[in-house]
Amino acid sequence: MPEGGLIVEAGNSIEFKTGAWASVKPVHDKNKCVNCLKCHFICPEGAISVKDGKIDKFDLDFCKGCGVCAEECPVKAIKMVKK
Amino acid sequence: MIKKKAMTGAEAAAEAMRQINPEVVAAYPITPQTPIMHKFSQFVAEGDVDTEYINVESEHSAMSACVGASAAGGRVMTATSANGLALMFEIVYIAASSRLPIVMNVVNRALSGPINIHCDHSDTMACRDTSWIQLYSENAEEVYENNLIALKLAEKVNLPVMVCQDGFITSHAVESMKVLDDKTVKDYIGVYKPKYYLLNIDKPITSGPLDFFDYYFEHKRQQIEAMTKVIPEFHKIVKDLSKLLGKDYDVLEEYHLDDAEYVIISLNSTAGTVKHTIDKLRKEGKKVGALKIRMFRPFPLQEVAKWLTGKKSVAVLDRSASFGSVGPVYHEIRSALYETEAKPKVVSYIYGLGGRDINVEHIEKVFEELENGTAKAENYLGVRDENER
Ligand code: SF4
Ligand code: SF4
Repeated sequence: MPEGGLIVEAGNSIEFKTGAWASVKPVHDKNKCVNCLKCHFICPEGAISVKDGKIDKFDLDFCKGCGVCAEECPVKAIKMVKK
Repeated sequence: MIKKKAMTGAEAAAEAMRQINPEVVAAYPITPQTPIMHKFSQFVAEGDVDTEYINVESEHSAMSACVGASAAGGRVMTATSANGLALMFEIVYIAASSRLPIVMNVVNRALSGPINIHCDHSDTMACRDTSWIQLYSENAEEVYENNLIALKLAEKVNLPVMVCQDGFITSHAVESMKVLDDKTVKDYIGVYKPKYYLLNIDKPITSGPLDFFDYYFEHKRQQIEAMTKVIPEFHKIVKDLSKLLGKDYDVLEEYHLDDAEYVIISLNSTAGTVKHTIDKLRKEGKKVGALKIRMFRPFPLQEVAKWLTGKKSVAVLDRSASFGSVGPVYHEIRSALYETEAKPKVVSYIYGLGGRDINVEHIEKVFEELENGTAKAENYLGVRDENER
């Protein structure tokens, strides 16, 4: 085990499923969404993926339910609901 | 090549730092440490070192900058005293827990309050459970040597080291001492090659992540066990230094112990006063001796037991108090003797708090009380009686 709490391999946050912390999850309304991608860039877990310039999926394995995306969405296209 | 120079303890620390030429030094001025950084910043200004010198706004930031620079992979040094050490305490603990080989000169000074700037050991003794190695220095020459030992030791076991010297008594007094030439020191300390460091872009790592109930305990166990490797490593490291300086180094230094019946234990500058007193008393035919503690953390329990077994009585001098318990050095010595068969009588003397003078007459009094058996279990040296003003 590395000393001093070092993590000596890079890119291993994929192994840490922060989705386990969440009590709420985002529900995305594709019809309201204007694909400004603000939520994609702002999500602290990188849980919101983009395909062809449009919001694709919310990965609930990593979404920790913080609600930042819902708060920041300019058209209120995201709603947080109980998990 | 060895040169004889006249230096203060503070200058001796700065000279060692100049020769070590650390990549980063971050420090904040505090009496009586200030002359170390005063001198070292002159070296920086004059281009005598390659060091990145970081002026910070507090000791908390000084140690934080040291932690960052050390985690990045640099050789890092700093210095402080008393309340400065207290202010950086949070990061002092983190530095050791992150296994960063930082070397810090601590010029021992009483912790306020009441406000005091003079020597005692309350500052470093308050840090004895932080997982820093602690080396204490009798004089300027030992400050210099301990810095070189500290650097190598730190990098060997991945634990930081405090090099302690007495405020004003050692830090501000000029003494004659031996120093090595720059090239010899450079060869002695070698090149620092950390296994993992943040600026290694070929092998990215994470330093200082969350460490909860899942791994924290294992990391603490690693620290506990790393400390057990310190004394064996110390012996390896001082072998070469002994050859270079023609002197022996050990975690303890005995003085006339072989046939001594009465022993005084001390650390830092008082050890010099004790030796001087022993020279005087030996001429009168007294069987007196001393044990000086160079390394207080890890504490050399076995070595202490070896030296003290069979002695008649031992006085432990503590220049700090552990309120609600006994003096920290006394505590360790008694613990070291628990397993031994022929236990000497061991008594405690608290002395010199807040810079109160300790002189030859005090030491003579201690030996006298050991010899005639009048020493109590716990005593004071040089303090007013309660009803005195
Ligand atoms: S912030 Fe709102 S509008 Fe913009 S992409 Fe996200 S969900 Fe769509
Ligand atoms: S709730 Fe938080 S973690 Fe989940 S998708 Fe939104 S911003 Fe990301």
